[in-house]
Amino acid sequence: MIKVRREVCGYCGACVSVCPEGAIELIDAYLSVDNENCKLCKICVRVCPLGALEVSDEE
Amino acid sequence: MKSEYDVLIIGGGPGGALAAKTCAEKGLSVCIVEKRPAIGTPVRCAEGIGEDLIGEFFDKIDPKWISAKIKGAKLISPDGSSFYLNPEMAGNEVGYVLDRKFFDRDLVWQAVEAGAECYVKARAVDAILENGVVKGAVIEHFGILKDVRASIVIAADGVESKFAKYCGIDTTVPLRELETCAQYLMTDIDIEPGITAFYVGREICPEGYIWIFPKGDRTANVGIGISGTQSKDGSRAKDYLDKFVSRNFPEGKIIELIVGGVSVCEPLECTVADNLIIVGDAARLSDPITGGGIYNAMYTGRLAGQVAAESIRSGDCSKKALMKYETTWRSSKMGKALDRNYQIKEIFVKLSDKQLDSILTSVSNIVMKDFSTLTLIKEIIKLNPKLIKELSGLRKYFE
Repeated sequence: MIKVRREVCGYCGACVSVCPEGAIELIDAYLSVDNENCKLCKICVRVCPLGALEVSDEE
Repeated sequence: MKSEYDVLIIGGGPGGALAAKTCAEKGLSVCIVEKRPAIGTPVRCAEGIGEDLIGEFFDKIDPKWISAKIKGAKLISPDGSSFYLNPEMAGNEVGYVLDRKFFDRDLVWQAVEAGAECYVKARAVDAILENGVVKGAVIEHFGILKDVRASIVIAADGVESKFAKYCGIDTTVPLRELETCAQYLMTDIDIEPGITAFYVGREICPEGYIWIFPKGDRTANVGIGISGTQSKDGSRAKDYLDKFVSRNFPEGKIIELIVGGVSVCEPLECTVADNLIIVGDAARLSDPITGGGIYNAMYTGRLAGQVAAESIRSGDCSKKALMKYETTWRSSKMGKALDRNYQIKEIFVKLSDKQLDSILTSVSNIVMKDFSTLTLIKEIIKLNPKLIKELSGLRKYFE
């Protein structure tokens, strides 16, 4: 699953615009990831200007 | 918040505000929903705009919208040599670095004064669709869901736009065409007052540029955008920016961090649907060369308001009726510039640092009749006949 490191995230929404599944949403000052629809393409992990997204094994 | 309006606008940035003001002035009931708790913050912008462009919307520029007046620009090539782009009328303003916190707020203020309603912390969580046609939006306002119906919805929800997606339109920006950006508002730095500086080069900012936009005395927006495909662990936008800052402004103080994405792709294939108009960044209308989007959002926002008013008056808000919006902006100066600048960007992102050096040497210190990227590109092509081969497909744009 995609994990948001909230302490790093600048809640800018760059990841939202490139997500092909529409699985990320920027809600005011936090990101919400819909891991059910996420296909783990990791484009969001690449694009983040701060490196706030990572793939995690935790459920 | 009422349960029905003539026009519902998703997003309270410059595009949404101009759309709302235009609709309200034409006597429509109109509502802006802004998901954030405040209009204008957090800023996600380098805040530059051309003097002629902003002048199109206002008779008078309020001084509190302006952080700094710009009189010229400087380009710094990969080998470190720099060139000034001077307007023909030296000393005249060619642009402004805005204070978006004030500017955006005033635009919404103007819309509200004209009669629009505005709600903050109000987010569109879904579209209301009937037989595949949008009829409004489900708005979450302080945790309470409410159906808000409208004859026309204007999606002005910016680069992280979701509303058009809810309506079944694919707005995904290709990774390589999303500039991932980081910017510091810095103080106590040596800058040239009134001059915007642009650094290019694959080594310091691959497939993008670094900017210094003065915000006042010894204060500036110092930022970078790089292509999404160039972004990876250890070499993200912020990493490149930190490297630049430590080399150029080691004593500077960082008083704000701003991050964001800017699309440099082509506009959406179609920016209207039945009962729906998409404007500004949400329609992928930021400039592919400069990344600038304030004017384009304001222009399309106003146009969307005009077309919405006409369509509602005539009782036809179908895609066919709203196509007037699409065809008008595409044939406008802005639409043509987007088309041309996209083609130019596609060539420029492939240039090596050596090629960039020789191009920038050729244009050193030109005096520009008309202070625009178009004039600059025309000069570059004129001075670099070898480039024409690659650019020959672009000729039609300059004839």
